[in-house]
Amino acid sequence: MTTSAASHPADHGHSHGNKQRFITGSALAVLLTAIPFWLVMSGGLHSGSATALTIFAFAMVQIVVHVVYFLHVDTKSEGGWTLMATLFTAIIVVLTIVGSIWVMYHLDVNMMPMPTAPGGMGAMH
Amino acid sequence: MSSNVAMPSRHDGPVATRTWFVATEDHAHGGGATLIGFWIYLMSDALIFASLFAVFGVLGRNYAGGPGPKQLFDLSLVALNTGLLLASSITFGIAMMAMESDRVKRTMFWLVITGLLGLGFLCVEMHEFAELVAQGATPQRSAFLSIFFTLVGTHGAHVAFGLIWLVTMLIQIGQRGLHVENRRRIVCLSMFWHFLDIVWIGVFTFVYLYGVIR
Amino acid sequence: MWAAGLNPGPTMLDQGFLKAPLGRLSLDSLPLHEPILIGTFIGVAVLGLVVVAALTWLGRWGWLWREWLTSVDHKKIGIMYVILGIIMLLRGFSDALMMRAQQAVAFGANQGYLPASHYDQIFTAHGTIMIFFVAIPLVVGIINFVMPLQIGARDVAFPYLNNLSFWLTASGAVLTMISLFVGEFARTGWLSYAPLAELQYSPDSGVDYYLWSLEIAGVGTTLSAINMVATIIKMRAPGMTLMKMPVFTWTALCSNILAIAIFPALTAAFFLLILDRYAGTQFFTNELGGSPMMYWNMVWIWGHPEVYVLILPAFGIYSEITSTFTGKRLFGYSSMVYATVVITLLSYLVWLHHFFTMGSGASVNSFFGIATMIIAIPTGAKVFNWLFTMYRGEIRFELPMMWVVAFMLTFVVGGMTGVLLAVPPADFVLHNSLFLVAHFHNTIIGGVVFGLFAGMTYWFPKAFGFRMDEFWGKVAFWGWVVGYWVAWTPIYIVGLMGVPRRVHHLDDVSLRPYFVVAAIGAVIILIGILGFVMSIVMGIVKRKALADVTGDPWNARTLEWSTSSPPPAYNFAFQPVVHDLDAWHDMKENGYVRPTTGFNPVHMPRNTGIGIYVAALSLTLGFGMVWYIWWLAAISFVGIVLVSILHTFNYRRDYFIPGHEIAVTEDARTRSLATGA
Repeated sequence: MTTSAASHPADHGHSHGNKQRFITGSALAVLLTAIPFWLVMSGGLHSGSATALTIFAFAMVQIVVHVVYFLHVDTKSEGGWTLMATLFTAIIVVLTIVGSIWVMYHLDVNMMPMPTAPGGMGAMH
Repeated sequence: MSSNVAMPSRHDGPVATRTWFVATEDHAHGGGATLIGFWIYLMSDALIFASLFAVFGVLGRNYAGGPGPKQLFDLSLVALNTGLLLASSITFGIAMMAMESDRVKRTMFWLVITGLLGLGFLCVEMHEFAELVAQGATPQRSAFLSIFFTLVGTHGAHVAFGLIWLVTMLIQIGQRGLHVENRRRIVCLSMFWHFLDIVWIGVFTFVYLYGVIR
Repeated sequence: MWAAGLNPGPTMLDQGFLKAPLGRLSLDSLPLHEPILIGTFIGVAVLGLVVVAALTWLGRWGWLWREWLTSVDHKKIGIMYVILGIIMLLRGFSDALMMRAQQAVAFGANQGYLPASHYDQIFTAHGTIMIFFVAIPLVVGIINFVMPLQIGARDVAFPYLNNLSFWLTASGAVLTMISLFVGEFARTGWLSYAPLAELQYSPDSGVDYYLWSLEIAGVGTTLSAINMVATIIKMRAPGMTLMKMPVFTWTALCSNILAIAIFPALTAAFFLLILDRYAGTQFFTNELGGSPMMYWNMVWIWGHPEVYVLILPAFGIYSEITSTFTGKRLFGYSSMVYATVVITLLSYLVWLHHFFTMGSGASVNSFFGIATMIIAIPTGAKVFNWLFTMYRGEIRFELPMMWVVAFMLTFVVGGMTGVLLAVPPADFVLHNSLFLVAHFHNTIIGGVVFGLFAGMTYWFPKAFGFRMDEFWGKVAFWGWVVGYWVAWTPIYIVGLMGVPRRVHHLDDVSLRPYFVVAAIGAVIILIGILGFVMSIVMGIVKRKALADVTGDPWNARTLEWSTSSPPPAYNFAFQPVVHDLDAWHDMKENGYVRPTTGFNPVHMPRNTGIGIYVAALSLTLGFGMVWYIWWLAAISFVGIVLVSILHTFNYRRDYFIPGHEIAVTEDARTRSLATGA
């Protein structure tokens, strides 16, 4: 990856192809938003965890749709550095969230005092 | 002593004919790093939100005997808000296409619509917050409420900042049209705006929808 | 020292200061009955007056503003960072001397000369200052100066942002220094753990000073890191592919990527603690669902990679110096790069080893313990590469190389004690003991500090046009190396014997000899620090004799040495084209002839006062928030927003240096090269 000359800021290819992608992306985003809302507001699937996993999956897909269709992240942008930065950030995001939850969950399991008196504080929920 | 501006390849040729410097100046050099620089900044902002989401993951069920998502969240309001924000992302996209076609007035029009939708989003959110506080569901009541208000509030603060930026851009476009510097800035703002919509996907899924299912 | 009349309440609004023009600031906030502080204040005030008087008498205010304070030149900004770091080193080291003095006498019936509450502020300030206002500025400063020259660029990607980043860091340092004379500093340790840092247990201004200083400085560091990464990505000279970058640039890249990855976590953690203290939220409290441990988790997600942010550039410095002073290409360039990248990635996977004892259990502890041990491997690979570079080389033991050897012998021991601590059962005994404190000082002093001194000595002639005085440089070297070992070996020993950290008095008098030896070691290090200052002063005095005429006083290998010393504002009259690793060496070996005609006008950014204005407003914002002076904070915040917006209306930020002016500068260099060679 060598240096690239300064490029036009809005240099994203032919405008017609752009418009088509934009419409596709918008439609997908609307759909991927509406379905989870409808799912939860209408009572959900047979089990809570199935519903949860479904809406998580929709969220992940929609994030990718936004990143690809609205933010135009691809392998070419900035010599591949945009994608690299995005992937690296995604890894750190996952490590931070999952790592913290893992550590703190184990901590609470091991260290949480049992409630003693009625109305005592200290219980997790 | 002049030399050709030859980009060196893997086979640089005999040493005697090597080019050691670029004889001309590349005047457009200055602005080339803005987009990647702004993108990297957005990644750092994503990590702030990741930290807040991590705190939400850890403290998000600590209701401390107080109200939880099922008692507090009005999903139809959240759906409205989500719709407003998503619509604003779409209208920003329309504005960007207008900018690519060099249509100043059309660009400004769609930016204004975007701003109004964003403002609507913030108004709905502030209304929601006010309702919660009135019910006694304050940020001080429990760790869950602390992180709820902070996560959603930080997102809202970013939207507010984006709106200030948007207004500034409208003034600057009004003054100088789609000057190359203005274009660069609008591209950055559009990245910022879409990024905020991405964060909101996380918020409405993990905080609101998941909170109600749990 | 508790601020008078303060009742800790759940939120700041309950304090009743909403309408008070000076918030909770009062005459009680001044340490009028602390002789040490009064003396310090007088000393600082006198020094300040001397500087102001000198500048006025010499008529240099305009020069200072134009040439330095508003400069967007990466070289000047780099030098200012280093000056900041050295000034703060003197403050941070004074704290160290005070601690060593206290711990050398406070045994049994003798309570020492420092009350516990002061001692607590001193160790907190020592750590905070050394990491945030010494190590970070020195590292950032050296990267700022060197990296753009090494990649053949004229400046960093965002020169204005660079200026702002420096002033934000300086602003944070100033706010911390103000705490010495107005109010007090935190008493919670350099990471200010919850729940001690919560309002209920630390109601005074100390923790607030800490939090606001570091939030402000943290923004500066994050912006600077983004700048450096964008520069390395976009502004390398043609032909300089990633695998032809100097190793120092590689370590600068990885270090700054890591910084971008972690400072948001610290910013968020501090922000949440600020909310707890100011808005009564329940993030890290002991009640209503808060979890103080989550604070530990978040700060260490920052804290561990942070030490790699500091050490990686030091490793890069060692690589440059080793290859220069052995006259050979660095051994194993690719493996150095891979090791750097691996360290960058792995450093994000070990943070829990800072709180093995918190109780996450065996499975969590095992994962992090093993990961911590694994991360020692790429570092070991680097040490071998340096050794293999030296093997069969023609080693010149100039000062920079002496620092490298001292590093190798010192740092490796620290690394080994780190691996020892990585074993969770061992850590259960040694956590928060002086053994731990010795370990991290071993790695930070032996690794980071020695590297910074090596780098400053190495690049000083490039920055100023003359070398540092060698005799005093050797005093600095021996003072630091001998002093380090004398000071810290006894600390390892008493740590193993069970002495915990952060105690201002001990009952067991039989331990006293160790602490006396440690105090002597600290004094020897003081000689080292003074020697360093003298090596600069005497270098200035003898600058004609020590002049660097050629620009390449060490016969080095990378592009920065192809410029004059100091380089001109525009760095390179023509952008270099790179063909191989060690580009300058390649040029020297293969018939490079310096161009002397055909100069084009060069596009340069103008100076700016924006950085200073925003940083000054950040300072008043921080001060206002610390003392609950809400009107000051509000005006400052609005001011920052307005100044930033107004700045965006300035579209005239550049100018051209005409070709004939460049010709004048380059001709002068041609003449000096002719006489010097």
